[in-house]
Amino acid sequence: MSRYAAPGTDDALMSYQSRYDHWIGGSYVAPKQGGYFENPTPVTGAPFTEIARGTAEDVERAIDAAHEAAPAWSRTSPAERAQVLNQIAQRMEAHLEELAVAESWENGKPVRETLAADIPLAIDHFRYFAAAIRSQEGSLSQIDEDTVAYHFHEPLGVVAQIIPWNFPILMATWKLAPALAAGNTVVLKPAEQTPASVHYWMSLVADLLPPGVVNIVNGFGAEAGKPLASNARVAKVAFTGETTTGRLIMQYASENLRPVTLELGGKSPNIFFEDVSDDGDDFYDKALEGFAMFALNQGEVCTCPSRALIQRSHYRAFLDAGVQRTQALVQGHPLDTETMVGAQASNDQLEKILSYLDIGRQEGARVLTGGGRAELGGELEGGYYVRPTVLEGSNDMRVFQEEIFGPVVSVTGFDDFDDAIRIANDTLYGLGAGVWTRDGSRAYRAGRAIQAGRVWTNCYHQYPAHAAFGGYKQSGIGRENHKMMLEHYQQTKNLLVSYDAKKLGMF
Amino acid sequence: MGTPDERAEPERVAVTPAAAELLRTLTSKHGPLMFHQSGGCCDGSSPMCYGRGEFRTGGSDVLLGELEIDGVAEPVPFWMSAAQFAHWSHTHLTVDVVEGRGSGFSLEAPEGVRFLIRSRLVGG
Repeated sequence: MSRYAAPGTDDALMSYQSRYDHWIGGSYVAPKQGGYFENPTPVTGAPFTEIARGTAEDVERAIDAAHEAAPAWSRTSPAERAQVLNQIAQRMEAHLEELAVAESWENGKPVRETLAADIPLAIDHFRYFAAAIRSQEGSLSQIDEDTVAYHFHEPLGVVAQIIPWNFPILMATWKLAPALAAGNTVVLKPAEQTPASVHYWMSLVADLLPPGVVNIVNGFGAEAGKPLASNARVAKVAFTGETTTGRLIMQYASENLRPVTLELGGKSPNIFFEDVSDDGDDFYDKALEGFAMFALNQGEVCTCPSRALIQRSHYRAFLDAGVQRTQALVQGHPLDTETMVGAQASNDQLEKILSYLDIGRQEGARVLTGGGRAELGGELEGGYYVRPTVLEGSNDMRVFQEEIFGPVVSVTGFDDFDDAIRIANDTLYGLGAGVWTRDGSRAYRAGRAIQAGRVWTNCYHQYPAHAAFGGYKQSGIGRENHKMMLEHYQQTKNLLVSYDAKKLGMF
Repeated sequence: MGTPDERAEPERVAVTPAAAELLRTLTSKHGPLMFHQSGGCCDGSSPMCYGRGEFRTGGSDVLLGELEIDGVAEPVPFWMSAAQFAHWSHTHLTVDVVEGRGSGFSLEAPEGVRFLIRSRLVGG
């Protein structure tokens, strides 16, 4: 095991600045009202930098800068924009470890994960959209012999993006890469829990982007998010978060008749059919890993497989093995390379998870392992740690119906295929799902029957670019992580052209 | 729009003294307030506090109660989507407050605190 030195200490790979202002028009700009707020690391609970507390004046200034940059950026060729995205990817690859440590320190997630997933996925995402914009084509329709309809893709202009705190750099990348590829300029607001790592990212790539193409305004939702999301001078709002704020953003957007894309979470079922246990082979081992995936990123994933549905014929044995796998997860200092489960991102997140463990117990859910705060001692004493928890109960309990956003899985049994699908779909959400079976036909039928945008089949928690990601039902609108996101950042321009010299003859 | 009849229904939502104190502070800064209970990821499951009327409720929402706060002239309505209420209706909710960063557009986040729901079974 090795441990990366904490940012800012002597042997550290990277350090944060002691303060971050707003990044507007290619330079740092102090907040108009002069306010700052502290940014603690969830690893120890101690503040490590302070962040500008943005207000409407700062948002307006950032939108000004984005509008100033938009005409030139929108006229760049797809090849030029692809080149910029590829250069960003290359720069990130050269600083992968630094970015991984930065992300881990700010969010509390294990560096093992940021090294293997968050940052490599972000790098690939920029490359994917570089390729996607290079290869995108418009279309033409021949209306008649002398009339042609041409369809061009055009950027929307200035777009607003509000980023969540669970994958600060990767989620910023999911939004930035398609928007920039399509030729838009951006005003981005990072989450107030994790505002600093995107500034560290910007410190690495700022020279690659023309001033004003990407602007970052920090601050709280009520003070900076609202003036951004409700602004008539942005052409589109993209948001990842929860349902009430999603509705509020749609309400603001309706006032300006603006499009939105929303990703609002889920309560994803992970279904284990009986044939998974037919053999104790690699596939069985993989399925148990799939069960334990609820603890990935401390459960702070919109698609956390937080409901495990296990067929009754192998229920007890599979669940026992799943609990055993959960107990083997290594929880500890997020900068240790062996740590699998780190800290929750904030104190209120920790408190919310504990409140769910409480109501779960009151509703009669049985705690099979975990069930409380992890007291890890030493410098981690002030951090926000929860023990990976397996609850057993029924699908009508609140712990089966709400996204706890912690390392908590709620387990129940099912009788047969129809029962599994009924329980899986008995939820307000439809973002992710998992299906585990050795029978390809059953896997296919289950995948098609589940009302969710992403059904992992004999795998879970993979997020490769080029696989569409988005929600059914209350989980949101739009598909990220795929070239179809380009069109969420583009207008369609139709030129309807007549090559006929003769008049219609009507007038 | 569904409104549980409070004469027939048990109380569904209450506030802790700490949350009441915060509501007094927020009212003095922002005027009359409302809650809408969120669902989904990130800061889902948290009650969102807005200026009254900032969030438009409609036919898909249920009013769980009007919170009477000492020192606050107007009661604070507490709303939830009807679909979510179908899964929450067996629990009594208490609005509490904890230290935290919060997110979403809820008014208390800049104060360094976050409203939080504590639950118990109705009649429990």
